[in-house]
Amino acid sequence: MSAFIQSLRLWFTPQRIRDEGETPDYRFSLANERTFLAWLRTALALVGGGFAVDQFLPDLRWGVRVGLALALLAAGVLCALRAVNHWIRCERAMRRGEDLPVSRFPSVLALAVALVALVMVVVVLFGWAG
Amino acid sequence: MKDETGAGAEGRDPEGRDPEAHDPEGREPGGRDPGLQPERTRLAWRRTTLSATVAGVLAAKQAIHDEVTAAGLVGAAGLVGAALCVLVWVGFLRVAHRRIVGLGTARPAALTPRAAVVAAGCTIALAAFAVAVVV
Repeated sequence: MSAFIQSLRLWFTPQRIRDEGETPDYRFSLANERTFLAWLRTALALVGGGFAVDQFLPDLRWGVRVGLALALLAAGVLCALRAVNHWIRCERAMRRGEDLPVSRFPSVLALAVALVALVMVVVVLFGWAG
Repeated sequence: MKDETGAGAEGRDPEGRDPEAHDPEGREPGGRDPGLQPERTRLAWRRTTLSATVAGVLAAKQAIHDEVTAAGLVGAAGLVGAALCVLVWVGFLRVAHRRIVGLGTARPAALTPRAAVVAAGCTIALAAFAVAVVV
């Protein structure tokens, strides 16, 4: 947890990241940035999915519809926050010459998305409408 | 919303077409990276802007759709919501544009944490807006 707070402080004091280690090859920084952007797109897609569930499935029961939408939106928020955090940690690891951080977030996100998809299948099959 | 398949692989692929083949530094004599890393990063920003546009349009549509009055007019709250969506979208465009301009040099500097936080913040703002609309 203290590692998380440390990187949280880095979010808002960007000059501190330059105090550590050496500047890596710019191509690695750019690759890290593209990974960050790919995660951000995933987050945007999840948020868009939340809007879509709310907007295009008006016949669903209120609880199911709101629950699904909130699950997707929460996943989107988590994904965006984690994108910044992971980017900072990778950047710092590259500067210090350490191994890149590993993360279980991709598996958790994949399971969550699979769960939402399963719920959708059930909803469609059993027609929990109106 | 539409390009995640290509994006994931591309984001995790720092060396791409192996620019190390000729030159240990991986650069051509002109100082230009043959792996076109800045260009690829620029395109990644453009794709992300496109995703943000789609999410923003959905959000604005939602805001206006929810507030249409009986007379077919859009209520004040709907207009405020739509304006907020546009504001978030413009904020994201600004960050992306500055970064794209910054990538125009031969050896661009790394992304600043502030730009990363603002870009992620726009995503979170859209999600917060969605929660406000949904609940």
